[in-house]
Amino acid sequence: MNPDNNNQSQSDSPPSRPPDATRKHQRIRLEAVSKRWGESTAVDGIGFDVAPGEFVILLGPSGCGKSTTLRMIAGLERASAGRIHIGERDVTHLPPGDRGISMVFQSYALFPHLSVADNIVFGLRSRKVPRAEQRERLARVAELVDLEAYLERKPAQLSGGQRQRVALARAIISEHPICLMDEPLSNLDARLRGEMRREIKALQRRLGMTVIYVTHDQVEAMSMGDRVILMQDGRIVQDGTPDELYDRPATAFAAGFIGSPAMNLVTLAAAADGAVIEGEPHCSVAPHEAKGHRLGVRPEEIRLLPADAAGVPAEVIDAEYLGADSIVRLRVGSEQLRARLDGKPSVAPGAACRLQWRREAAHFFAADDGRRLAIAGHDLAAPPGRHRFESHAPHPGGPAATTSPVQDREARASSNPAGNDSPGVNR
Amino acid sequence: MVIHNADRRMQVYGALLLLPAAVLLGTFAYLPTVATLVNSLFLPGFRGEPPAFVGLENYAMLVEDRTFWRVARNNLIYALGTIPTSIALALGMALFVNARLPGRGLVRMAYFTPTILPMIAAANVWMFFYAPQIGLFNKLLGALGFSGVNWLGDPGVALGSVIVMTVWKEAGFFMIFYLAALQSIPPELKEASDLEGTSRWSFFWRVTFPLLMPTTLFVLINALINAVRVVDHLFILTKGGPNNATNLLLYYVYENAFSFFDRSYAATITVVILLVLAVVATLKFTVLDRRTHYQ
Repeated sequence: MNPDNNNQSQSDSPPSRPPDATRKHQRIRLEAVSKRWGESTAVDGIGFDVAPGEFVILLGPSGCGKSTTLRMIAGLERASAGRIHIGERDVTHLPPGDRGISMVFQSYALFPHLSVADNIVFGLRSRKVPRAEQRERLARVAELVDLEAYLERKPAQLSGGQRQRVALARAIISEHPICLMDEPLSNLDARLRGEMRREIKALQRRLGMTVIYVTHDQVEAMSMGDRVILMQDGRIVQDGTPDELYDRPATAFAAGFIGSPAMNLVTLAAAADGAVIEGEPHCSVAPHEAKGHRLGVRPEEIRLLPADAAGVPAEVIDAEYLGADSIVRLRVGSEQLRARLDGKPSVAPGAACRLQWRREAAHFFAADDGRRLAIAGHDLAAPPGRHRFESHAPHPGGPAATTSPVQDREARASSNPAGNDSPGVNR
Repeated sequence: MVIHNADRRMQVYGALLLLPAAVLLGTFAYLPTVATLVNSLFLPGFRGEPPAFVGLENYAMLVEDRTFWRVARNNLIYALGTIPTSIALALGMALFVNARLPGRGLVRMAYFTPTILPMIAAANVWMFFYAPQIGLFNKLLGALGFSGVNWLGDPGVALGSVIVMTVWKEAGFFMIFYLAALQSIPPELKEASDLEGTSRWSFFWRVTFPLLMPTTLFVLINALINAVRVVDHLFILTKGGPNNATNLLLYYVYENAFSFFDRSYAATITVVILLVLAVVATLKFTVLDRRTHYQ
C-alpha cells in the first residue's frame, strides 16, 4: 500500500507470533462425519484426527468427497451427521468466520476489483484490525510470499503463480493456525506446480501451520504430506504416511492410485504348483491361496532379464522413452504389465524376455473387495528346484535393474523366509 | 503484390460485412438526426411555400417558452424521482431473488411481470388504481377512514402518481440485469469473506456493489433514456395535464408536432433533448467509468 511498507518489514521477524496463545496448537477431530444431498451420500461417516503442525492430504479421485469434507471443516457446508472439533471446541454448527481457519480456494477467490494489497488485508479489515497493524502485517506477509512489487496491481494483471501467492498471503496474514487448501495448484502449469509445492511446504514448516490439503494429484500428496488420507466414494480407504501408502497399499484401489505409472494389477489363476498370472500357466508367482485374487507389482520393481533367465516369461509390446527412464509395456499371458526401467533399454517390440521382482514387491489383493491379503509371493529369481537367494545381483547384460531408494531400503529389511517349495520357472 | 491484393480483398470483405448494420443505422438513426437538426433551423412552409431559413430563431423562441421550461422541470423531477428509486428497488429485488428462497422462480417471474405488460395495458391497469371514485387506492383509503385523493387530477399529486407507476414498471426490468450480474459473481468470493467473518452488509458494500458497477452504469444510462422517452402512459393517464403538471419533454414534442403542427419547433426541442442526453451520458461514462471494474 505505502512505499514505506518494505522498509518496515526488514526489521520484523516472520509472522509466527500467535494471535492468542490458546488458539495455537489445536487439534482437528472429525467423528463419523457424513454429508448427504437428498438420496446421494457424498461423505459417509468418516473420522480422523489432525495433530497441530501436521500437513495432511485428503487424496482421491474427483467425486470421492474430499472437497466436501474440507468444506465441512471450513463450515461452508453443513455436516448431515457427526461432529467436528477444533481444539476444545465443537465447531459443527459454528459459522465459518468463528472457526479460526483460513482457506485457499482452487480458483483463489480473489476479489477482482481490489488491489493485491487490499485483497490480502480484506479479512483484517473485516475483523477490524487497526490500520497500522494491517500495514505491518501486510508488509511482512508480502515479503514472505515475494509479492512486494505487485501490491498495487489488480489480480487480472498477475500471472497464475502470483495469484496463487496472493491467495496464500491472504490465508497466512490471518494468522489462523489452521489452513485449508482446496486443490490450490490445479490451475498452474506443471513447472510452476513443482515450485509452489516446495514453497507451500516450506511456508507451512516455517509458520508451524496445520494444513489440510485436498488434491487428486498423488504426486502432490506424496511430496507434501506428512500424512495422506486416501478417500473413495465418501469413505477413507487408507490413512497413513506417504511411504505407508506406497509400500503397503491397503486396497487394490490404493495400490492403483499411488505411483506413476500406477501399480500393475493382474488376476491370478490356479495352476499345478501355485497361482499363476492368467494366461501364463508355466510360472507360478504365488502360493495356491492367492489364486483368483489379484497380484500387484509396481512398475519400478520389475526387472527385465534375457529370455534364458529365471522369472516370468513375457513379451515386449512397446517402450516409451522418457529421458531418465522408460516405460516398457509387456504382455504376460493375457495380462499387460508396465515396467519402469532406467535410461533407454535396448528392447525391441515382440522380443521375449523374463521378468523378476522381489518377494516384498508383490502385493496381493482380494478379488471381491480389493482388501490387502497377507500372502507372500514366490522369489522369482530362484532357479527351479533350488533354494532361493535373497540378494539381487545385477544380471549380466540386463540393462534393467532398477535401484530406487525404496527398493534398497526394502531389500535390506527383507528377511522372512517363506517355505522351501520350488517356485519359479519350470517349462 | 499478391499479398497486397489479398489484403485489400479482406478489407472489402470486412466492409461488406459491416454494410447491413451501417445501412440500417444510417437510414434510421443518423439520417433522421441530421434531418431534425436541419429542420430546426427552418420555419415550416405554409401552403406549398418552401420552408424559410431562420437560423437559431427557433432556439431563441424555445428559451422564451415558459411551457418548455415547465416541461423540462417536470422531466427533471420525473427523472430524479424514478431513476434512483427504481435502481435501488431493482438491486434489492435482485439480491432477494438471488438468494435461496422457496418458490424463487415464481417470485422472479412476479417481479418481471410489469415489464412484460405493454405500457398501454399497464397504464390502463393503473387508471383503475388511480380513478377518483372507484379506484383501488381511494377505496382502500376510504376503508381506513381517509378521504380520497384525486391522484391524476390534482396538479400537486399527478406527477408523483406517474412516477410511482414508472418505478413499478421499470424496477422489474432492471432487476433482470442485476440478477444476471449477481449470478456471474463467483460464489467463492462470498465463501472467502465468510471465512473471515465478514458481515453481509460489509460484503455487499466492499464486494458485491463494486462488482455490480458496470451493470449499474448500464442501467443508469438506460433509465435516463427511458425517463426522457416517456410518451405512452401519458396518453392514457393524464395527456400531460392538468395544466401541464405531468407534461414531459417527449410528449411536448409530440404535442408540438402532431397537435399544433409546428414541426420545426418540435425538431428544435428534439435537438435540445439529444444534446442534453449526450452530455449527461458522456459525463456518466467518464466519471463513473474510472471507478468501475470490468471483468
